[in-house]
Amino acid sequence: MAAPYDLNDDSVVVIIGSGAGGGTLGSELAQKGIDTVILEAGPRVEYDAFVNDEWDSFGQLAWKDMRTTGGTWRVAKDFPNLPAWIVKAVGGSTTHWAGASLRFQEHEFKTLTHYGKIEGASLLDWPISLADLEPYYAKAEDRMGVTRTNGIEGLPGNNNFKIMKAGADKLGYKDCHTGNMAINSAERDGRNFCQQTGFCFQGCKWGAKWSTLYSEIPKGEATGKLEVRPNAQAVKIEHDASGKVTGVTYADKDGKLSTQKARIVAVAGNSIESPRLLLNSASSMFPNGLANSSGQVGKNYMRHTTGSVYAIFDKPVHFYRGTTMAGIIRDEAKHDTSRGFAGGYELETLALGVPFMAAFLDPGAWGRSFTTALDHYDHMAGMWIVGEDMPRDVNAVTLDPAAKDAFGMPVAHVSFTDHANDEAMRNHAYRQGAALYDAVGATRTFPTPPYPSTHNLGTNRMSDKPSEGVVNKFGQAHDIKNLFVSDGSQFTTGGAENPTLTIVSLAIRQADYIAQEMSAKNI
Amino acid sequence: MVTIYDRRPGISRRDLLKRGGAAGVGALLVISGTAVISQQDAWGLETTALKPETMATLIQMARDVYPHDQVPDKYYAIAVKSHDEAAAKDAAHKDLIEKGVADLDQRSGAGGYRGLGWEEERVKVLRQIEETPFFQAIRGGLVVGLYNQKEVWPIFGYEGESYSKGGYIARGFDDIEWL
Ligand SMILES: Cc1cc2nc3c(=O)[nH]c(=O)nc-3n(C[C@H](O)[C@H](O)[C@H](O)COP(=O)(O)OP(=O)(O)OC[C@H]3O[C@@H](n4cnc5c(N)ncnc54)[C@H](O)[C@@H]3O)c2cc1C
Ligand code: SF4
Repeated sequence: MAAPYDLNDDSVVVIIGSGAGGGTLGSELAQKGIDTVILEAGPRVEYDAFVNDEWDSFGQLAWKDMRTTGGTWRVAKDFPNLPAWIVKAVGGSTTHWAGASLRFQEHEFKTLTHYGKIEGASLLDWPISLADLEPYYAKAEDRMGVTRTNGIEGLPGNNNFKIMKAGADKLGYKDCHTGNMAINSAERDGRNFCQQTGFCFQGCKWGAKWSTLYSEIPKGEATGKLEVRPNAQAVKIEHDASGKVTGVTYADKDGKLSTQKARIVAVAGNSIESPRLLLNSASSMFPNGLANSSGQVGKNYMRHTTGSVYAIFDKPVHFYRGTTMAGIIRDEAKHDTSRGFAGGYELETLALGVPFMAAFLDPGAWGRSFTTALDHYDHMAGMWIVGEDMPRDVNAVTLDPAAKDAFGMPVAHVSFTDHANDEAMRNHAYRQGAALYDAVGATRTFPTPPYPSTHNLGTNRMSDKPSEGVVNKFGQAHDIKNLFVSDGSQFTTGGAENPTLTIVSLAIRQADYIAQEMSAKNI
Repeated sequence: MVTIYDRRPGISRRDLLKRGGAAGVGALLVISGTAVISQQDAWGLETTALKPETMATLIQMARDVYPHDQVPDKYYAIAVKSHDEAAAKDAAHKDLIEKGVADLDQRSGAGGYRGLGWEEERVKVLRQIEETPFFQAIRGGLVVGLYNQKEVWPIFGYEGESYSKGGYIARGFDDIEWL
């Protein structure tokens, strides 16, 4: 069973965060026989305790600690202290996630090459290619039980999907199906199959949807080589005079500080907390923060070009029934500049309950134009836009100069402003989404603005040259050999695809590399 | 047509439509002592810190901000009740609400805000104050206060919690027939 490690045990790998990146890495390392401690800021909530209620579930799992915002994105105005919807609990955002699991396309690893220089964007090629990641994508898909891979059947389509599919057919889209979902369509890996309860965003009470909480972490714990320490929020990464990291200081839920010694530290707190922690770990030796000789820590914050299109029909739909996101159109995911922008986007089914629809359909709006939309809630269909956004220097996670958290540490300030390419893409997607619903008889459509970010990426980017990024092609800090980044903040650019499959694949690959470098005594 | 499963006993959609449709607006709310009373629907709301007239105006204002003709006044009353509770604990909040409502009445002419007969007239007044902290406090509170009431969900056709009923796998997740 789970091994409790001593604070002074300096032979362990310490991972910060237990989500898609950290949870996977921890389990992989333990299964290779490596002693591992995961520090997780949030509590451990097992899946039978999840609740089918949007606000209650948000209260139970989401990261609600203070953050601040800047830039011209609308989220900064409507939700100034909630730039992102991410989780603070064991399993991280893989408790709330919808399960859409797509591979990047080949050109998306080489955007500078394929798109060319774009004014106001800091495009850069990844130091790896699709071919490098393919074997790991295959492993991750098997691990996560992704539908339409490994002979796993697709999920059945719900009402929301059927409308999407009918519209896709009318518009002539060819690549539309119920998705590549890390949700069991039949029992697999000791987990139930999807019962179509429709609360994927609130944590799957059936365990049908993959999450590190109950899929990866227990496998690691079963080896006796993994300890997951909940309510342990890292506040600072420590280093010695040689510049190697030596441990992590963390606060428990009463604010008591302890330091867990470490041979290796891997940061996987999601793309807002990971750079914040590196910046908060500044010292006289590293005055700009750890691993930040390039000045790139926190830069290039990406969140995907998102938005939603909802539509009302004259007949009932009940789109909240069944899987939240099992429906996709991939035809627009290609890079085709004849549409007026670089990169591409996916269209995926989406449904919100009444409480979240009221909060997110048009934040701040009131009066009949708004309420008549909700009056027809059970006649609604909906889809989400997820497209590649431009990495930009000016979009960044920095330390707020004034606001501090409960432990006295500066909070993250998240600044974001759309690039013109992002806007052109979003407008194109709004038009396509509305046309699709119109084609099946919608009486009214709603181009709905982006929600607080669920896909947070890029703030510790991977690069070939140490001057251009924070980590190398294995997620290892350019500046500090025994420091790794293991979450979505490694992404050099964002691709059009939901990021988790790529995060998990990178973590599996990183585990191989860490094991190899440890046995070679390089770290 | 799709089928509605497991409707809560007692509030069929049609009933609610009937009740809501007839209920009209604040004219049917009566102030008595420290309470706002709806004679038609047989409910009352005691206020502790705010004047009952203020509460009646808030209920009307809540309906004008998020008008749903099929939602009875009772749910709007529940949605703004928290302002009375907050006012009891916090003098600044009480001041914000009482002054905000007084301002609303003053802008509305002799009969005050509730004296304006058409929603359109009242909305015109609300548009004048929509940037004020008072308006934003009321509107912001309603987003959760109104739409997070489980009792109003069936009125919108939302079925809420579904795990205990075995999800929708056998209850119509794919029952659309009109496509
Ligand atoms: C509603 C929703 C739906 C989504 N749907 C999809 C989808 O369909 N497909 C997809 O690919 N992606 C989806 N995502 C995104 C996906 O969940 C994330 O991309 C992914 O989980 C990110 O992995 P991560 O390891 O970077 O961070 P997370 O999974 O967020 O894990 C980070 C963990 O680190 C912890 N942490 C942070 N700071 C500290 C600290 N200082 N000390 C200790 N612990 C810390 C956090 O508490 C958290 O548990 C969705 C997200 C949301 C919110
Ligand atoms: S719809 Fe399926 S995957 Fe989503 S929460 Fe329900 S059972 Fe889980």
